[in-house]
Amino acid sequence: MGLKDWLAVSVPFADDPAIRRLRVGAPEWRRLAEDVAASGGRLLALWGQDATAGHPAVFAAYQTAAGLWVGELRRDVPEAPDDSYPGLQDLYPFAGRLQRAIRDLHGLRSSDPDDRPWLRHPAAQAYEFVRVEGDGVHEIPVGPVHAGIIEPGHFRFSVVGEKVLRLEARLGYTHKGIERRFADFGALDGCRLAARVSGDSAVAFSWAYCIALEAQWRVAIPRRAQWLRALALELERIANHLGDLGALGNDAGFAFGLAQFSRLKERVLRATESTLGQRYPMDWVVPGGVAHELPGAAATALDRCLADVVAESGVLRGIYDEHAGVRDRFAGTGAIAPELAARLGLAGLAGRASGQAHDLRIDLRYPPYEELRPAICGALSGDVAARVAVRFDELQESCRLVRRILAGLPSGDSRVAILPPSSDGFGIGAVEGWRGPVLVALATAAGGRIRRCHPHDPSWQNWPALEHAVIDNIVPDFPLINKSFNLSYSGHDL
Amino acid sequence: MLKTLRQIRRTGIVSEPVPAPDDALRIRAALEGRILGILGRALAVRMVDAGSCNGCELEVNALTNPIYNIEGLGVHFVASPRHADLLLVSGPVTVAMREPLLRVYEATPDPKLVVAVGDCGCDGGIFGCGGPSLGAVANVIPVDVAVPGCPPNPNRLLAGILAALDPSAALDVGQESRGRAE
Repeated sequence: MGLKDWLAVSVPFADDPAIRRLRVGAPEWRRLAEDVAASGGRLLALWGQDATAGHPAVFAAYQTAAGLWVGELRRDVPEAPDDSYPGLQDLYPFAGRLQRAIRDLHGLRSSDPDDRPWLRHPAAQAYEFVRVEGDGVHEIPVGPVHAGIIEPGHFRFSVVGEKVLRLEARLGYTHKGIERRFADFGALDGCRLAARVSGDSAVAFSWAYCIALEAQWRVAIPRRAQWLRALALELERIANHLGDLGALGNDAGFAFGLAQFSRLKERVLRATESTLGQRYPMDWVVPGGVAHELPGAAATALDRCLADVVAESGVLRGIYDEHAGVRDRFAGTGAIAPELAARLGLAGLAGRASGQAHDLRIDLRYPPYEELRPAICGALSGDVAARVAVRFDELQESCRLVRRILAGLPSGDSRVAILPPSSDGFGIGAVEGWRGPVLVALATAAGGRIRRCHPHDPSWQNWPALEHAVIDNIVPDFPLINKSFNLSYSGHDL
Repeated sequence: MLKTLRQIRRTGIVSEPVPAPDDALRIRAALEGRILGILGRALAVRMVDAGSCNGCELEVNALTNPIYNIEGLGVHFVASPRHADLLLVSGPVTVAMREPLLRVYEATPDPKLVVAVGDCGCDGGIFGCGGPSLGAVANVIPVDVAVPGCPPNPNRLLAGILAALDPSAALDVGQESRGRAE
């Protein structure tokens, strides 16, 4: 089947023709995945649910040329003799870990061979890492507690001398049962939990959550609220990029970069606090709009702060570019070529640095980005230098967007009242966070209870790619390569 | 090189004054004045994320920027618990991090201090306590000071660390742990 035939059997979500739902049986589950892959589409998320959410099922969200599609395969009518659903790992390699997570959380098994636990860490069972055999090969286990101020996870390096032959990550250490926790919240409060799936992407997750909620409850939010959400999302991108650019300089042995960029980041955080009320806007995006109006003089101060950030980061970029030691560490390190990136489904910022020209703000044109028209930033070399360059470009572009928003903010309300309807609902929200595409699938029950919520962080796509990026690099470059991706553990471990 | 030096000169010194130790954050008067006398104001801190959303880590990282300049106070972050005087622990503690956290605590030489960070480190916060979340840091290891906030800002973190460290504060504060912050 071509995409057209699938389109004909799909139904739109909440009257939105660009987001469509396809209920499929097991053979079609596989064929849909094949057809989307063949047409150049990509898998955005894969999740499951058990009987606590109504009926057991697996879901796959795809980004296709015809919009966002969600395939649903019910598992309360087992078809396959071994009671497993068709795996998608050969088509989308990162699906393997998502399928293992679905098995951990909901007991639904895929037909793919790797069935080691992923998010759950059974006490009685040692994790079986893939062993590399040969003369002089030894293993370096690192973590879960790391040397820096970062999240916990385990890395197993197989090395010869200082060259990395293979890296295998073992994650799940921050698994705290977020998906199940959502059921303890009303749908209006669930937004606060969504914002804390990955603290560095609070705006992206809370916005995606609100899109999913507002679509199924058929609430249209004011234009001003859309712009104020974008304001926060771009500030989040600016703060994270500034932090990473400093940390990357530091990991390349250039502490000056950390001092300078962390100073700029602090300025942005303080301007954000004066404008949005929080250094990290955890509770800015709320169902129906945003938390409050902008205080009077804050916009001018924020605009001035960002003008300085643009000017100063321009100077710092010149310094990074001309510093022989920094260039030597960045260029060619941790490279993922565009062909491999496409094969792995490398997403977001790291994907764009490897020639994958995807950005949901541009691809889906969700409001207000259809008006703001952000420029896509990208590179082809796929190395640390490329991920640094894309951050510099996006930093400039996001500063431009925020200043544009401040200058042209539409008048009107920044929030509307929102009430739960008297029927069940299901919605999807997708937002391009600073790291990449964030997706939230939300099912609510009449009266506003949450039946099921799945938040998807792009780190799922990119953790396996990190393992490819370090092959043939030296162990001491791993912190630099890892930081250049800066993936979320919490967003992944749920 | 010239550009770098010019930028350093133009930036100047941006560090701000230190906040006072906040004794309201103290939940356990665990240390004798003798121990604090040994530590003085040269403190080695080990950060352990025991399951947080990474928001607290962002603010702990900010402590090292030139504005809060925590190293200028004699407080520095170390790479191993074996080098640490104080553990800064964010939560909620997950089931998978319980054992690693206990091992970090055991590896930290006595006398040692523990500062729990963030609402989740104080009482489980929004993730609560149940299933794979064990909630407060104090549910797994003894805690001296708990700093609430989601996330707590760097000045609050600094005040919490100083409250754990300040000998004069230790004389004033009374009894054993109540388990968590108010």
